[in-house]
Formats: sequence, C-alpha cells, structure tokens
Amino acid sequence: MTFFVLILSALLLVALATALVADLLVAAIWLALLSVLTTIAMFYLNSPLAAVFELSICAGLITVIFISTISLTRLTSNQEKKTAARTRLKKYIWLPMVMLVIGIALYLTLDINLTLPLLTPETDVRKVIWNLRQFDLLGMLIILLVGVFGVVVLFKEKFNNER
Amino acid sequence: MTLLLIIFFLAAVLIINLPPKAFFKKIAFWLALFLLLLQLVFVFLPRSLWTGLNTLCSSNNFSMVQDSLSMVMLLSIAIVGLVALLVAKAHIKSENKLFNFVCLLLLCCIGMNGMVVVTDLFTLYLFLEIVAAAVYIMIVFEKNQNAYEGAFKYFILSAIATTLMLAGVGLTLSTVGALSFTALQIYFANTAQISAGATIGVLLFMAGLFIKSGLVPFHGWLPDAYQAAPNPVSILLAGIVTKSSGVYALVRLGMLGVLVPESLKTLLLAFGAATILIGALAALWQKDFKRMLAYSSISQVGYIVLSLGAGTLLGYAGAIFHMFNHAILKSLLFVNSAAVESRTGTRDMDAMGGFAAKMPWTGATSVIGALSISGIPPFSGFWSKLVIVIALWKAGLHYYAAFAILASLLTLSYMLYMQRKVFFGKLIEGYDDLREAGFLYILPSVILALITIGLGIGFPFIVGTMLMPVAIFNW
Amino acid sequence: MNGDLNQLFGLFLLFLSLLLIAGVYLITATRNLIRILIGMEIMTKAVTLLIIAAGYVTANIALAQSIVITLIIVEVVVLLVGAGIVVGVFMLTGDISVKALKNMRG
Repeated sequence: MTFFVLILSALLLVALATALVADLLVAAIWLALLSVLTTIAMFYLNSPLAAVFELSICAGLITVIFISTISLTRLTSNQEKKTAARTRLKKYIWLPMVMLVIGIALYLTLDINLTLPLLTPETDVRKVIWNLRQFDLLGMLIILLVGVFGVVVLFKEKFNNER
Repeated sequence: MTLLLIIFFLAAVLIINLPPKAFFKKIAFWLALFLLLLQLVFVFLPRSLWTGLNTLCSSNNFSMVQDSLSMVMLLSIAIVGLVALLVAKAHIKSENKLFNFVCLLLLCCIGMNGMVVVTDLFTLYLFLEIVAAAVYIMIVFEKNQNAYEGAFKYFILSAIATTLMLAGVGLTLSTVGALSFTALQIYFANTAQISAGATIGVLLFMAGLFIKSGLVPFHGWLPDAYQAAPNPVSILLAGIVTKSSGVYALVRLGMLGVLVPESLKTLLLAFGAATILIGALAALWQKDFKRMLAYSSISQVGYIVLSLGAGTLLGYAGAIFHMFNHAILKSLLFVNSAAVESRTGTRDMDAMGGFAAKMPWTGATSVIGALSISGIPPFSGFWSKLVIVIALWKAGLHYYAAFAILASLLTLSYMLYMQRKVFFGKLIEGYDDLREAGFLYILPSVILALITIGLGIGFPFIVGTMLMPVAIFNW
Repeated sequence: MNGDLNQLFGLFLLFLSLLLIAGVYLITATRNLIRILIGMEIMTKAVTLLIIAAGYVTANIALAQSIVITLIIVEVVVLLVGAGIVVGVFMLTGDISVKALKNMRG
C-alpha cells in the first residue's frame, strides 16, 4: 500500500514536471519517465506482459515519435521556448492548486464498492488474448494497416503549399 | 457470417497493395464497388448467401450481434460507402490518390462494420478508434490548411472522448467484472442495488459517445471537420461515421437496458432537445453550404437522442429509423453540395442563385431531400419524425413531443432558406454556361432520392417487417 | 481482504483522476500543438493504469492485460496520425501554435 502511494505520487509529480518544463524535448523525456513509472506500477500489479508492452512501446516508440516530431518542427520550438518560458509559470500555477482541491474533494466523496465477478475468469493472459479476444487481434491488425496508410498519406505525399 | 464483411474487406485491402501494383491500382475502385455491393446484397439475403462458409464463422470466439439494428446499420454503411466512393471517383483526379483513398475508405468501412457487430465494450472502442484514425487521415487528404484545422479539432475532442470511454470501461470492469454486452445486460437487469461505480462508468462512456456524436455542448469539432473535409469524406462523415461511432453505441446501450435509471433518460432528453434547438438556430446563420448542412446534421442527431430518451421500444425504433433516414438524406444533400461545388467552385450561398434552371437533377433531388428531412409527407423523413413524436407522447413526455414538432418547423425554415438561396430565384450573373454535374454525382443523388420516396410511400407496408422488429430485442 | 482491495482501488482512482485532470488541464491551457499531444498521452497513461488496477482488484488481471496491450497499440497508431497532422500544420503554416488553427468560425 505504502509502495503504491509512493509510486502514484511520483507519477503525479512527473506529470507536473512534464507540464511545467519549458523545453519540449525535455517534456518528451519526462513523458518517457512517466511511462517507466507506469511500467513499474503495472509490474507490481501482477501484469508483467502489459508492463513489457508499456515499456517498449510507450517509453520507447512513442518517445521516438515525439522527438522526431519536435525536431521536424524545430523552428518554432526555439522561438516558443523564449516567449513561453515567461508566461508559462503564470498559466500553470493553477494546475497544482486545482489538483489539490479536486483531490481533497474526491478523497472525501469517494466510496467505491466492489463486487467481485461471479464467474471465475480465465487467468492465463495468453489464452485470453489468443482464444477469447480474437476480435481484438483482428482490430489490432486493421489499425496497424490504418497506421501504414497514415504514414503514406500524411508524411509521404507532397504538400500543395497554398498559404 | 457478418465476419465475412470484415475479412473480405481486409483481404481486399491487403491484396491490392501487393504487386503487380499498376494493375491493382486500376481495379481498386471497381473492387471496392463490388465489395460494397456485396455488403448490400448480404444485408437483404443474409441466409441464402455463402451457406457453405457458415461453418467458418460459427466459431464462438468471434461472438457477434446479428439483430435488425446491426442489419440496418450495415445497410446504411453500404449505401453511404457506395455514394462516397462514386463521388470520390469524380472528385479525385489522380490515380495514386484515388487508390489511397479507396484503401482508407475500405478500412473505414471495416471499422464501421466491426463496430456494429461487436459484443464487447472494449472491442467497440477499438473499432471506433479504427474508424476515427482512418477518418482523420481522410479529412486531411487534400492537405489544405482548413482541413488540418478541422482534423486537429476532431482529433483532440476524440482523444478526450476516448479517454472518458476508457475510464468508463475501467470502472465497469471493476464493478461488473466483465465487459461483454451479455454480462452488462445481466448485471443491469438483475442487480438490485446497482453500485455507483457502474453508473459512473456508464455515464463516462456515454459522455464520450456524446462528444463523438457531436451533441451540443461538445459539438465544436463537427462543423469544422465537415466543412473542411474533401467532399466525399464529408458525405461519409455526415452520413454514417458520426452515427455509427456515437449514436449507434448509445442505441445499443439503451437496448441492453443499461440506460434504465431515470436520471440517464432525463439527461438524454435534455441533451437531445438542446442539440435540436441550437443546431437548427446555428444552421439558420450559415453562409457556407456544407457548414449549414453540418449544423443541420447536429440538429438531426438531437432528434435521434431525444427519441432514445423516451426509453420505450417505440422510441428505439424511432431512433433507428431516423438514423437510417438521416444517413440517406444527409448524404443526398451533401452530394448535391458537392455537385454544385464541382461546377461552380464555390460553397458560399450568397454567391449562388437559380441553379435549378441549369442543374435540374441536382435541384430536384435536393428539394426532395430538404422536404424529407423537414418531415413533410409523403417522404420517409415524415414517418420517422412521426414515430419519434408518438413515442415521446406515449411515454408521457408531452412537452418534448410538442417541442419536436415545433423544432421541425425550424428545420423546414433553414432548408427552404437554402433552397431559395441556391436553387430557386433568378439565375445570378456569370453562370450562363453552367452545366449539370457529372454522371457520378447524378446517379447517387437520384438513387438516394428514390430510396426516400419509396420508403415514404411504402412505409405502411414495411412498418411491420422492417421497423418494428428492430425494437424487439433479439441476439 | 475485500476491504484492502477496496482501499487500494480507491487510492488508484484518486491519484489517476488527478493525473487525468492534469492531462486535460495541459490540453486546455497550452497553445502548442505538440504539448496537446503530450497532454493526451498523460490522459491515456491514467486510463491504462486504471484498467490494470480494476483488473487487479477483481482478480481479472488476464483480461485487463489483454485489453491494455491492445490499447497500447491503438495509442501508438493514433499518436502517429496526430503527429502527422501536427507536422502537416507546420509544413503549411510554419507554426505549431493553436493560432495557426483559427480560420473557421461560426
């Protein structure tokens, strides 16, 4: 329990850091750290397989996507750093306060009552994925295809510059 | 068997990307046309087709719904997909681009076909995300600045919507313990004290669907996306994408008995009424043809949600029937706007006038569409609005019924305003050599107009066969 | 035992709602399109962990894991498309601020 309190607090702090840093590249790296913390929490919640996916894809691939997007749009990122750094603090000073207020409100009102499922569920994750949720596998295949066409259309085709 | 509609489409997309690419690029359009026609045939002859392949898909692991609601949705998907495909053929000149577009259209149709047959809350989300991802790409297909703006607004609001839906999935998982529709149905029917977690979960899921279907406080993305998208994509978006990704799931949840609590019904009624009113009022102000139709679309979705709020079987029937009508009529009107734009190059209604004289087919079908969507007999739009009003009245919601009738006058007024601006009156100067739009625009609009006339006149005969069984819950 | 799990889930619910709010705040407060994508990622992290926690406390972790794996794949593709849109906005306008997206009104 204490461990989870610690890790969840760390998660919130890292999220705040992601929001507050001025440099986009640094923000992307903080985001990767957020993924790593999520991975640790998942690992201790008995879900090693999902944790591996989270670590390799979210902390790895997504950071790569972010960094390439940031470097592709680098020009404005530099300008933004200078102008935004000043107004930044003013804008985000409210975030911790909002979170604090809502946190206290939620803490006072939250009263969840769990009902454990009646059936004994399948406990082997491989069986669940390959046998029970084949529709999801099909969906994954389709969305990967959509991603391929997204890359073709969004990145490969030429722009007709009509500003 | 509905699985074949996913597998065939997927196989087609995979095959046309293999070598020899030059050959497949040529036939891609015809292949897509064939597949969508096949889907149309399948909807009308579900049993007689491919009986031999039945065993292939009788596996329990791909559990699917095959009730009349899904069939109506599959039918609308096939019709709107065909219309969008034909308009795309006329609209997109380059062969390479047409090929990419056809692939994306097929993937989008796969997503929608999947969405209307799945039996699991999370798989529903997954297919919804497939449709959304394909649609973002299609909106920015022509790479102009407005399209990027519309797509990004859609993207952000969808991201918030899907997050809410996933939070709902999480809460449902924690209280119900499973995500399949059957489990939900059993839980909500049998549990005496429905826990707060489940109610909040359903509410969050619904909030996500509200954003996805563009109900009023969350409608900011919709006009921009519809207006800026290329014409065939506007047809697809307005006709079927928002309906199947937002409203269908609401209807499905309602039929599962998840929307039982009175507060949820009141929520639906309030949101529906607000959506009808604000959508219609905003439509009155618009100068851009497609933007006006987009606001009209918002307003019509309000009718569907209002009908759901009645909470009776008749209410569901009205919602489904109006959804089908709306798919037909809104794609008809968007085809008309595309036809006008293809000849004049503008969508500004102030710069138009008297086009009916030069474009008789477009003008005539557009009048039919406008009258039908405003609820004028004998067109099909009249019957669906009538069913909605009767359902509301019978549920004891007299004020809402009166409101639905009065609001359809608003629909009539902005539709007539559009007709007067664009098609009637004196032909404005500079358009003396205006010609009728191409065959690929005329054919779909005539077919859609015939469907609405036929459905309207034949309604007394099909009411027992097509409409009412929809409301009877069968798996 | 059930009480403990309830408490644990309540803890997750509390912190993850805050994480969700942080993401929403970031999306609404910022004017930079890439930061909007980052906010989206923070929100997705929150719901991912929520689903895992829900699976853990209901002894349904296999289902939760398989859902989360699918979710992560979807997340990547959607983010890729979003990044493509942002890059496109930059190519067309030379800017990645929300200001570049204020053409359409009404």
